[in-house]
Amino acid sequence: MSAQDLSTPLGRVRALGSAHHGGGHWLRERLTSAALLLLGTWFLASLVLLPALDHKTVADWLKSPSGAVPMALFVIIAFIHAIDGLKVVVDDYVHDAGNNAFLNGLILFAGIGAAALALFSLARVAFGAGA
Amino acid sequence: MLVSILHRITGSGLSVVGLAVLTWWLWALADGPDAYQDFAGHAQSWYGLVVLVGLTWAFWQHLLSGIRHLVMDIGAGFELRINKLFAVLTIAGGLFLTALTWFLIMGVNQ
Repeated sequence: MSAQDLSTPLGRVRALGSAHHGGGHWLRERLTSAALLLLGTWFLASLVLLPALDHKTVADWLKSPSGAVPMALFVIIAFIHAIDGLKVVVDDYVHDAGNNAFLNGLILFAGIGAAALALFSLARVAFGAGA
Repeated sequence: MLVSILHRITGSGLSVVGLAVLTWWLWALADGPDAYQDFAGHAQSWYGLVVLVGLTWAFWQHLLSGIRHLVMDIGAGFELRINKLFAVLTIAGGLFLTALTWFLIMGVNQ
């Protein structure tokens, strides 16, 4: 760094990570992890606390707002966190630009596709069409 | 080091296998009792239990080592002794919570 370099420390390191950008991505990964700390524990605790895990008991649980709303949040945030997390792994180990773009694109498409499927299924249960 | 690698492995496993199972479970639930029974049959088989117990462990391990990473993100816990203790605790805690979860689930099912 020369004496004439007036850029800030942040400005000098920006875009030098393995993804070449990503402060927002880094922060979103941590914020979703904090949300999943609650939602994931809620999900497992709910399964444990349900009197049984048969179709009727589980469906009734997800028809109630107190079951359906956190479940929808859990699905959405888990998929965002998974897509973000897998991107970090891919960016760290797959350096070829083409393969990297292909894998990250595949993860994004598969993740959003599966998330849509999961949310559609949850809606069917919650609104009673799948009984 | 080991715990950091475990964090990546469990995170990748939860993302791919965990979310696939979650989506399949919700789909079967929406499709009706027959499809749900089909899912439950696989879930209660020996290979289904291996996957589900594995996912439960991956969840708790990832959650605990995730907390450890959040603590380290704010610049705390880098002293060698504390850092190592915290790492060992995530492994012990992950195994304990997995056993506890399945102990309770088995209790519910019987």
